[in-house]
Amino acid sequence: MSAYNFAFLDEQTKRMIRRALLKAVAIPGHQVPFGSREMPLSYGWGTGGVQVTASVIGPDDVFKVIDQGADDTTNAVSIRQFFERTTRVRTTTRTDAATLIQTRHRIPETPLRKGQIVVFQVPIPEPLRWLEPREIETRKMHALEEYGVMHVRLYEDITRHGHVETAYDYPVLVNGRYLMRPSPIPKFDNPKLDRNPALLLFGAGREKRIYAVPPYTPVRSLDFEDHPFTVERWDHTCALCGASDAFMDEIVVDDKGGRMFVCSDTDYCERRRGR
Amino acid sequence: MYVAVKGGEKAIASAHRLLAEERRGDRSVPEMTLDQIDQQLGLAVDRVMTEGSLYDRELAALAVKQARGDLIEAIFLARAYRTTLPRFGASRPVDTSSMVVRRRVSATFKDVPGGQILGATFDYTHRLLDWSLAGAGQGNGDATSGSAAQPSRNGSDHAQPGNDAAPHGSVLAPLGGRLPRAIDALDREGLIETEEPDPDDRPVADLTRDGLGLPADRDARLQNLARADEGFVLALGYATQRGYGRNHPFAGEIRVGEVEVELVPEELGFPITIGEITLTECQMVNQFKGSATAPPQFTRGYGLTFGHAERKAMTMALVDRALRCRELGEMPISPPQDEEFVLSHSDNVEASGFVQHLKLPHHVDFQSELVLIRTLRSEAQARAR
Repeated sequence: MSAYNFAFLDEQTKRMIRRALLKAVAIPGHQVPFGSREMPLSYGWGTGGVQVTASVIGPDDVFKVIDQGADDTTNAVSIRQFFERTTRVRTTTRTDAATLIQTRHRIPETPLRKGQIVVFQVPIPEPLRWLEPREIETRKMHALEEYGVMHVRLYEDITRHGHVETAYDYPVLVNGRYLMRPSPIPKFDNPKLDRNPALLLFGAGREKRIYAVPPYTPVRSLDFEDHPFTVERWDHTCALCGASDAFMDEIVVDDKGGRMFVCSDTDYCERRRGR
Repeated sequence: MYVAVKGGEKAIASAHRLLAEERRGDRSVPEMTLDQIDQQLGLAVDRVMTEGSLYDRELAALAVKQARGDLIEAIFLARAYRTTLPRFGASRPVDTSSMVVRRRVSATFKDVPGGQILGATFDYTHRLLDWSLAGAGQGNGDATSGSAAQPSRNGSDHAQPGNDAAPHGSVLAPLGGRLPRAIDALDREGLIETEEPDPDDRPVADLTRDGLGLPADRDARLQNLARADEGFVLALGYATQRGYGRNHPFAGEIRVGEVEVELVPEELGFPITIGEITLTECQMVNQFKGSATAPPQFTRGYGLTFGHAERKAMTMALVDRALRCRELGEMPISPPQDEEFVLSHSDNVEASGFVQHLKLPHHVDFQSELVLIRTLRSEAQARAR
């Protein structure tokens, strides 16, 4: 790999991305366009997250990658190997031992602490995209803080179904100003975004956008006074560790409809089992 | 007892070994060399270079080999290599009128200065399978099938001498150094919009560095279309011919050949030639009824590719013209005229990745949906009772 720079990207590109990150941190929740590079990973596999990670990772970092909460899913393994090859940094599966965590679709159950950075892989950064397909329009709507359409959509869901019909990538308002997609994390994880002590960075490679939630920033999931935001609950506890406060994966165990529930966060589950 | 799924690491390593096996195929069949791919699958190499935005035949051939002939995968490999290369400058605009032409046809004029030069083309072949190619070393194709390697031209007495069929590194000498573009004749009469070259010092858009801004300038649009998936652009160009953003096109000229690439190094201050590349250029001539400010005249659509890629160059020109609708005061009412739609979905590396990422696990999101739909259903059932 000697033909490639530390963490694959050249230093000029990293600097460009870090400048976008600084702007993103300065304007929490605002999408900053950046000159996204073509990466040796496929679009949709986390190219935005990988570029953000590559531009902030240093030789002293301890790196963790999760996908669906697990360190051992194939894409998490692949991204961890990519940075092992290109940076030789230490890697870990322990949330509390990591300085830098790249994630797809989950926020770890173990509370994050000050100084940690979490990098989210983002497929579609624009929260208004399903309501307005045109970038030219949505940019205006953000500039004018014109988020009425989203409230109307949530209202229509409630009048029609009694619930907001969004289970993941549930829209949030960051620092009382910008509407933001938290990436496709389950809404179960949304409360963890609020005033989190870690720095949360979001990278969308194909869509060429970066945004951020700096430490301790208020993040509110959209709701109504008479229909407050709620998260998923399970009637089951984890079949492996007994946790009742974690997001559960449902595992089909036979072909007769048998099911069991286990923690989606494999590190959390293992550590509860005392390993 | 259930044990959480493990083994991603081993599975990936095994999958890579298996992929390498399948790529190689039956080991009793000789392995392909990059030269063979370059020479005998040259048009695949051309497409990978064009959509990969990387002019290097050897690397493109390697990508085709590594991708097992999946050209979109090969384009991806070329792009992912290209992205690591330093950018040390922009070339001067290439002058396609000084191209050493191997093929050049104009559909708008029976004869043009310099002549119509048919060159190597599938156009008039009968698409009959040529059994003489089936066995190894069985000669060079059936001359009667129409793919005969004979120069063939009509029209002008000034047709260029030489061997039109030379695949690369043509031996043709340009006529008096230049072969004027066929539609320049229209230009002299003012029948077609003039095209003023930008000053050399104007920075050129580069989507691979800055991302796509909307609305986009024409340089960014053309770059996007040059890199765009041939199939996607072909479908859009075809749609304009069938009434979706119709722009009444004529193929003013298509030319294929070699041009020199010049660079002005800062320390020298004058242009030096850094190499020669093969290009396909298409100038489309389109009807225009005129507007409040412009008299009726022909307008242009432009297409340019690396290597020999006429289908791509032609359809790129059709879509380029369709996307100029706003500038020309036409109502954008069809998909090929919708800049944001076209430019945001034209890149096959982006599209292929995002479509195929659905293969990645999504069970956390799906679990959330399951919880929601069960809640909704139990409430609906309770209401029904």
